[in-house]
Amino acid sequence: MADPLVIAGATFSSRLIAGTARFPNQQVMLEALEASGAEMVTASIRRISLEGYSGSLIDLLGDKYRILPNTAGCVTARDAILTAELAREALNTNWVKLELIGDRELLYPDVEQLVHAADELVRKGFIVMPYCNEDPVSCQKLADVGCAAVMPLGSLIGSGMGIANPAAIELICSRSPVPVVLDAGIGTASDAAQAMELGCDAVMIDTAIAKSHDPVRMAAGMRAAVEGGRLARLAGRIPKQRFAEPSSPQLGLVGS
Amino acid sequence: MQLRINGKDTELAAATVAELLDEQGIDPGARFLAVAINGSVVRRAEWQTALLAAGDSIEIVRPFQGG
Repeated sequence: MADPLVIAGATFSSRLIAGTARFPNQQVMLEALEASGAEMVTASIRRISLEGYSGSLIDLLGDKYRILPNTAGCVTARDAILTAELAREALNTNWVKLELIGDRELLYPDVEQLVHAADELVRKGFIVMPYCNEDPVSCQKLADVGCAAVMPLGSLIGSGMGIANPAAIELICSRSPVPVVLDAGIGTASDAAQAMELGCDAVMIDTAIAKSHDPVRMAAGMRAAVEGGRLARLAGRIPKQRFAEPSSPQLGLVGS
Repeated sequence: MQLRINGKDTELAAATVAELLDEQGIDPGARFLAVAINGSVVRRAEWQTALLAAGDSIEIVRPFQGG
């Protein structure tokens, strides 16, 4: 496999991690996931309805995808840790996308509790991928306690505002000892390409695909953007300059 | 016996996790279920034997769509 993404020793040919929420229906979700090329998809862990429950999401996704359970919505380290442990039991995976929310409106991470919970989950044998602030110090602390990757936010979850602070994301990418997965805020294909150009190892996308008018087509667009951005990053962009430089030869102009 | 199941106080006769699931109409053989009692996960292998006590707080969960 050329240029694989490696997280905790697992290799992926796709650098797009896809969410499974907010799609108009399950058929569109399945087709969009297929079109995205994603190999890893996220899921939440929720209380079952005691008034009857239908087939599990995971039955649909089968063995086709690696499931990355999240702790979305948790506001205490205790609840996040229990959710991760329930996910491990339900899904037979020790991988977890750790989310610890510090503000229910902004869905911004609570870094203090996040580092604490990450530390404890790593000690319990989990492969921890924390959703975190776009801050090099927070990312370093999370890597220091043994997280397998960091997932800094581009902008607020579900906002589609793209990468609000590209310089910070670039700094994180240049310093992180673990893979950087841009999480949250991607609105369209150019945002995904930009994340890859800034040096991110992968991107996580849910709403931008699921809430598009045509999720399947957007998924294909995101796939192409991630691949294009990654190729551009590897190739190396030209330096920016404040003057023009003609691309056609200067000699042999007609009429001169 | 009074139990708190998924945040709801419920009166049940079940003595074990397996009986509890059965009483709630949940197939204990269903895949991707997980159960915790008072904040500790009870492994599936222990569902037949794990005993419930009055006042226990029980979580029964499964995977859903997520981002």
